[in-house]
Amino acid sequence: MSPAPAPDDSPAVMAVRAARRPLWARLGEKSIEGMVYVSGISAIIFVLGIFVFVLKEALPVLGHEDFSLSRFLFSTEWYPTSEASKRYGVLAMIAGTFSVTLLAMVIAVPFGLGAAIYLSEFCGQKTRETLKIIIEFLAAVPSVVWGFIGLTVMSKLIVQFTGAPVGVNVLNGGIVLALMSVPIIVSIGEDALKAVPDSYREAAIALGVTRWQLIWRVLLPAAKNGLLAAVLLGVGRGVGETMAVLMATGHAVHVPQSVLDSVRTLTANIAAELGEASAGSEHYRVLFLTGVLLFTLTFAVNLAADAIVRGIRRK
Amino acid sequence: MSDPATPSIVTRDLNLWYGKFQALRGVSLDIKHGLITSLIGPSGCGKTTLLRCFNRVNERYGYVTTTGEIRVLEKNIYDPDVSLIELRRSVGMVFQRPNPLPLSVYENVVFGLRVHSDSPPTRATLNEAVEKALREVNLWQDLKDRLHQRATTLQLEQQQKLCIARLLPLKPEIILMDEPCSALDVEGTAAIEELMFSLKGKYTIVIVTHNMAQARRASDECIFMLLGQRIEHRRTEDLFIAPENPKTAEYIEGRYG
Repeated sequence: MSPAPAPDDSPAVMAVRAARRPLWARLGEKSIEGMVYVSGISAIIFVLGIFVFVLKEALPVLGHEDFSLSRFLFSTEWYPTSEASKRYGVLAMIAGTFSVTLLAMVIAVPFGLGAAIYLSEFCGQKTRETLKIIIEFLAAVPSVVWGFIGLTVMSKLIVQFTGAPVGVNVLNGGIVLALMSVPIIVSIGEDALKAVPDSYREAAIALGVTRWQLIWRVLLPAAKNGLLAAVLLGVGRGVGETMAVLMATGHAVHVPQSVLDSVRTLTANIAAELGEASAGSEHYRVLFLTGVLLFTLTFAVNLAADAIVRGIRRK
Repeated sequence: MSDPATPSIVTRDLNLWYGKFQALRGVSLDIKHGLITSLIGPSGCGKTTLLRCFNRVNERYGYVTTTGEIRVLEKNIYDPDVSLIELRRSVGMVFQRPNPLPLSVYENVVFGLRVHSDSPPTRATLNEAVEKALREVNLWQDLKDRLHQRATTLQLEQQQKLCIARLLPLKPEIILMDEPCSALDVEGTAAIEELMFSLKGKYTIVIVTHNMAQARRASDECIFMLLGQRIEHRRTEDLFIAPENPKTAEYIEGRYG
């Protein structure tokens, strides 16, 4: 039998605590706690701050009498510097962004998921490590370098092989963007496949499945949420990418009729024109409004990806 | 069906290495047709490894080397013309933790039929197979209205029964069970043992167990293993009442293990 412990606020206990924990230690701990807390919520502060700032710059344009939101969203006429009548329609750029992203995904999804399956299920340890390093290297190439490759190498090849009049177009941008999205799709896709419990593989193998049946009937269904999240993050990358597509797509405000047409994307438009628009002008504010549109698009895509990833964890 | 007199599984001088570690040493045994044979022994004695040789799932890991001979249903399973797919079709396996696939109850039961049929099986064939298999493992009453529920949401006992049920549509000759009750409570264990009795005769059952009482209750023959070797293989009652080898005697008395 040990004696009953003294109550927490008895003088003896307080004395022991005070002796054990000097003032500076207690203060130090409090301040570190505070710092960790601030860095924890700083991400939220920054995201909100950016959104508020962009919105603040954009909102006044909604009040201008010759600006209409529906024309902004649904008109293809972009003449921000016309003397006679300025028109701000970004539909052509929305079409540009979507066409380039769509083509990029058509190329990147099969390659990315194929590579993820190969890495997770087929190759040996050594090959996997090597390939992962190379894929990460691919992800680390600066986007302006990709743009440069699109502008110089790819555009010549495209002119040569397709006979298109200009080599900087949807096809060029799509391929460049695909190369940039593949590393994301591979690494998240591989994680998703690795997260499938090994007991599922054993169960299926003991039932006599072939490798292909294992992947098709067990692994892909079991990892489908993670794989979908991988694809959506790739899409997010595609929608948000600026420099590479600015250099590779030709920068023509035009709803594309084929993959060999030049287009301009929402991001490229902002990057190219913001420097020339005078601060506070209508043109300047419309560009910020385009930023709000982009922000909303990428936010929606990322939110969807996140919700899906959460869905996997719950199971 | 093979002749009841010939053993279902025969091994001769079977050695197995995981990398440099030798897990099985010169194991030779005959496992009789239609009986329940239990493999007992302390942890690390190689009983699970031996079990996993019989359908060659050990080879998933690249660093496994095997020498010697294993004949399953009178066919050497290391012959080059052996199809692993066919082998695993006739030798089913139940694992320590119930591992139904993340599909519906229905799809779990017909999974084997789907992967082993050249042409897609008809709905009627599948429905019939599901009812037959679930009846055989006494799950039909419980699950007949929940066939499209996700199998991973069932109780553990039901999951384990389902894992047995999904083997049956493939008409296996042998069912390997690797500590099938270790994740279950007393009632679940009793239910699985009862199920084993009802499957006996139709299938040759080999069960690895840590639980000596279970081996004694539920098996016809018993193999005692130690440090990768087969020490003793006899009728269960004989092994427990009058073990020949002093090591067996000490183990079943609980001196080590």
